[in-house]
Amino acid sequence: MQPNDERGRIDLTDVSLSFNRPGEAPLPVLDGLTLHVAAGEIVSLIGPNGCGKSTLLRVIAGLLRPSGGVATLDDLPISGPDPRIGLVFQEPRLLPWRTVAANVGYPLELARVPRGEQAERVALVLDRVGLTSASATMPGQLSGGMRQRAALARALVLEPEVLLLDEPFSALDAITRDRFNVELLKLWGRLRTTIIVVTHSIPEAIFLGDRVVVLSRRPGRVVAEVPVSLPLPRTIDAMDAMVVSDAARAVRAHLDEDAA
Amino acid sequence: MRNPTLLSVAGALLFLALWKLVVVVGGYPDFILPPPETVASRLVEAWTSGQIEPHAAATLVEIGLGFLAGATLGLVAGYGLGRSALVAKVFSPYLVAAQATPILALAPVLALWFGPGLLGKVVIAALIVFFPVAVSTMVGIRTVDARLLELGRSLRATRRQVLLTLEIPGALPSIFGGLRIGITLAVVGAIVGEWAGAERGLGVLVNIARGSLFDIPLMFATLVTIAALGVALYLVVVMVERCLVGAR
Repeated sequence: MQPNDERGRIDLTDVSLSFNRPGEAPLPVLDGLTLHVAAGEIVSLIGPNGCGKSTLLRVIAGLLRPSGGVATLDDLPISGPDPRIGLVFQEPRLLPWRTVAANVGYPLELARVPRGEQAERVALVLDRVGLTSASATMPGQLSGGMRQRAALARALVLEPEVLLLDEPFSALDAITRDRFNVELLKLWGRLRTTIIVVTHSIPEAIFLGDRVVVLSRRPGRVVAEVPVSLPLPRTIDAMDAMVVSDAARAVRAHLDEDAA
Repeated sequence: MRNPTLLSVAGALLFLALWKLVVVVGGYPDFILPPPETVASRLVEAWTSGQIEPHAAATLVEIGLGFLAGATLGLVAGYGLGRSALVAKVFSPYLVAAQATPILALAPVLALWFGPGLLGKVVIAALIVFFPVAVSTMVGIRTVDARLLELGRSLRATRRQVLLTLEIPGALPSIFGGLRIGITLAVVGAIVGEWAGAERGLGVLVNIARGSLFDIPLMFATLVTIAALGVALYLVVVMVERCLVGAR
């Protein structure tokens, strides 16, 4: 995993997407959404429930094809799931019949990476997320936090340029969540992958993001972008800084404005 | 008495005691209901003299082949039914109709078509095994976590990889539910097939013991053998299941 500063740029231009419903008019979920994410940047996506945040991540992940507009990774259209883009779902989605190590190695196995290399890369990435001691454990025996760590490791094992996180810590308690966010930033400090993280929490969005992108209610489009001028490396204490409350006020104002 | 082994031994002893009690209190002669010790000694004797063994071997082969064929077809059909709504719609009525027709009524026809040899029994056993395995596979495949399938898609898993790494492991607990039912039905199928016409087999031996030999203790010894065979095969399936599914 080499730090990369050039690759991993995401550009969404005028992206629209509707879901077809049998017997009903198509449901527009994204409406002319434009978003540019620079290589190595961390962008937080925040918005009301059902605003299409997860849908947007799925478009970037190549799981959904936009009905209008273009999504590109490093100037090339995203035409399907791409190993350069790692996705962490809201739930860990571990295969319950595999050990942690086998779950983390699953993407390598699917990509037919030779066994010896698989083991090396799995060991490396487990070490990164602090799960080495749990490598032979079955997911059912792990805490929720450990499971989500394993899911993160699985997304990192292919050494993606872009990491998409769909409310990855939403099922964790507040204290664990803070710790995970700090760890995520530390990890980012080493890998410098582009990160797009969907969250419900304004403080979390500000703590993680270089920018907070506020989405409108469905059909989702970008309402505002709030830059976060918190210096790096960020610690949990930085959350008490004035810039944070200013940013939070700004984000809230945009969310309210949209809701009104 | 929390030890499960002790409990099942106690259960078996209780069963034998009740059996004996019924014989003594009812005063039944051996040709109606022989007491357990008579059946037991007849069982040992019939096995040591080689009276049961060829029949048991024949039945075991019928069960084994019938189960194998029925389960294999059931797995394939169940997968198709589970994956494709169209396949399910077109074929379900025939499957259910075939299952609803009593195998007892079907057996003579099948015996007629496939002859009195091994093939007829295998076909009957396979037919009766097919349905529970197909249905449990269908249910298992349908209930594979869609979120895991999406994960597979996001990792660009091929059709084959999805089948081997997500669908089969995901459906396995349900499939084994069907295999457990299937193996006991395979025993039923083989015996029914033998009743419809055969030269050898435990089903045949039951008939001989009841008829020409009029050796009722032997008949009961044969029934005990059939039951034991069923239990043993069931346990084999459970053991395989434990190896494949247990470690979760």
